[in-house]
Amino acid sequence: MNNENVITVKNLTKMFGDFTAVNDISFEVNKGEVFGFLGANGAGKTTAMKMLIGILKPTEGEAWVAGFDVQTQAEDVKKSIGYMSQHFSLYNDLTIKENIVFFGGIYGLRKSVIKEKSQKLIDELGLHDEADKLVGSLPLGWKQKVAFSVALLHDPKIIFLDEPTGGVDPITRRQFWEMIYREANNGKTIFVTTHYMDEAEYCDRVSIMVAGKIEALDSPKNLKKMYKANSMNMVFLKLARNIE
Amino acid sequence: MKRFIGFIRKEFYHILRDRRSLFILFGMPIVQVMLFGFAITNEINNVDIAVLDHSKDATTKEIINKISSSKYFSVKQFINNEATIEKAFEKGEIKAVLNFEPDFSKKLVAEKQATVQILTDATDPNTANTISNYTSAILQKYQQDLNTDVRIQYQIAPQTRMAYNPELKSVFMFVPGVMTIILMLVSAMMTSISITREKEMGTMEILLVSPLKPFQVIIGKVVPYVFLSVINAIIIILLSIFVFKMPVQGSLFLLGVESILFIINALSLGILISTVSATQQTAMMVSLMGLMLPVILLSGFIFPISSMPLPLQAISNIIPAKWFIIVLKGIMLKGVGLAYLWKESLILVGMTLFFIAVSVKKYKIRLE
Repeated sequence: MNNENVITVKNLTKMFGDFTAVNDISFEVNKGEVFGFLGANGAGKTTAMKMLIGILKPTEGEAWVAGFDVQTQAEDVKKSIGYMSQHFSLYNDLTIKENIVFFGGIYGLRKSVIKEKSQKLIDELGLHDEADKLVGSLPLGWKQKVAFSVALLHDPKIIFLDEPTGGVDPITRRQFWEMIYREANNGKTIFVTTHYMDEAEYCDRVSIMVAGKIEALDSPKNLKKMYKANSMNMVFLKLARNIE
Repeated sequence: MKRFIGFIRKEFYHILRDRRSLFILFGMPIVQVMLFGFAITNEINNVDIAVLDHSKDATTKEIINKISSSKYFSVKQFINNEATIEKAFEKGEIKAVLNFEPDFSKKLVAEKQATVQILTDATDPNTANTISNYTSAILQKYQQDLNTDVRIQYQIAPQTRMAYNPELKSVFMFVPGVMTIILMLVSAMMTSISITREKEMGTMEILLVSPLKPFQVIIGKVVPYVFLSVINAIIIILLSIFVFKMPVQGSLFLLGVESILFIINALSLGILISTVSATQQTAMMVSLMGLMLPVILLSGFIFPISSMPLPLQAISNIIPAKWFIIVLKGIMLKGVGLAYLWKESLILVGMTLFFIAVSVKKYKIRLE
C-alpha cells in the first residue's frame, strides 16, 4: 500500500435548511485501501457519500475524488468511480447478461469489451446456467455479488459501497468480503459503509460518524486500543454513548 | 448516442416483460375504442315512431309508406292530435313523431311547398340526431323523385325539433375523446410510473452516479413512450377509419404533428408527476386523479363545456386535453387546417414548455 491519496475531504459540510447532516468533516483515503465508513442510521454517512459520488452538492468545504473536484468536475468523478447502493442495484426484469450489457453501455464501453468482460464475470462467479435468467429469480446473495461485479465493469479507480451486505447471510457476506479484498489487492480503493461491526474489523481503516461529525478515524486495531475495547462493536457503543 | 440506444433497449425490455403495462399500452386502446365505438353507435334500426297526419291525403300516405318500408323505422302509432304526442313520448313507446301539416298535397301543388315536422325524443341526443337525419334523407329522396319533372319544383320542408334538449350540444364524438384519454394515460401515467419505479428500486441512484446526465436519463425513459404513443395514435385512427368509418376530413400530416405535440405535452406532465411522487403508487394515483378525471369530465369529451358552471369552464382552460380535443375535432370532422387551429396549438406548445420548465426546476431541487 502506498500513500497516494485518492480521496481528499476538507471541511465538508451539508445542511438541509437548519439541519446540519454532515458537519465539517475532513479525511483522506489512500489508494488500495479498504476504508470503512461507519455510523448509526441518520449519522450522515449516506449524505457524505452522496457528496463524494457527485449526486449531492456540498454546502461548504471541498472534496477531491480520484483527483477531480466533486463540485466542478462531477462528470469526471462519475467516470472514475463504481457505485453499489444498499438498495439492490440491478434490474430485476433483465437477465444477468442484459444487465451487464446495459451498465457497460451507459459507461460507454465498446461492444467487444462488454462481451469479453461479461464472459469473464460469468466465469468468475460460476453463473453459466443463470446468465440468461432474469435477475429477479436469483437469491439475494448472488444478486449482490453480480451487482458488485457490474459496478466494476468500467474499471473504476474507487468503488463506493453503500451497505452492500444488508440482508445477506453470513456465508455470502464472507464471500462478498473476499471479493472486496481481491479488488483492493488489484489496487482499487474501496469506500464502504456498513452497519455490521464485524465487517468493520475487515477494513484497513475505519471512520466512525456520530451526529454529522467524524468522532474517530484509525485502524480497527488502534481504535480498540484507544477505547480499551475488545471489539469494534464496543468501540462503536462507547463512542455513541459518550456523545449522548 | 450508443449509450442512448442501449438505454432505450433496456426500457423496451421493461415494457415488454411487464404484462400489466403491455396490456395498458396496447390492450386498453383497442378495448376502449371498440367499447365506445359499439356502445355508442350511430346506426339506427327499426326505431318505433308515431305519425300525426293532419291531411291524410295521397302524398302523406306515400311518404309514410316510404318511411315505414325503410329498415330504419317502423310506424307504431297513428296519433290524432298534438296533445297525445307528449303522452306517447312519456310512455317511451316511440322515439319520434312525424307531424304533417293540414292540406299537405294541396299546399304542395298550390304553394310548391309543404311542411312536415319531425319531433324527436332528445333525451338520447345522439339517437335523436340520427333519427332526424335519416328521416330528412328519406324525405329528400322522395322530393327528388317528385321533381323529375323539371318545370315544377315541389318542396317538402322538414322541420326538425329536438324535444327536451333543443340545442343538441352533446353530440358524442367518441374518437377524439378516446384518443385523448389513451394518449394522456399511456404517456403521462406510464412514464411517471416508469420513472418512479427507478426511484423506488434504487436504480435511479445508480443511473445518476453513472456518466449519463440527468436529462439523458429522463429522455431515455421518455423516448420509448413517445414511440409507443405514436403507434397507439395510429391504431386508434386506423380503427376509427376502418371499423367505424370515421372520416378524417383534414390533413393526416397535421393530425400526426398535433398528436405528437399532445404526446410530448402529456409526457412532460408525466415527468412532472414523477418529480413530485416518490413511489409508483403515488405516481399512479396522481395520474389517475389529477389527469384522468379532468380529462374525462372537464375536457368536453363527454360533457359539453358550454353547459358547465363558469368556474368549471375556467378550470377547463388549463386542461391540455380540452385543446387537443378541439384540434382533433377540427381536423377529423371539420377538415380545417392550422389557420383555424393555431390558437389551440399554441396553447398546447405553451403548456408543454411550462411543464418541462417546472420539471427541470423540480428535478434540480431534488438533486441538490
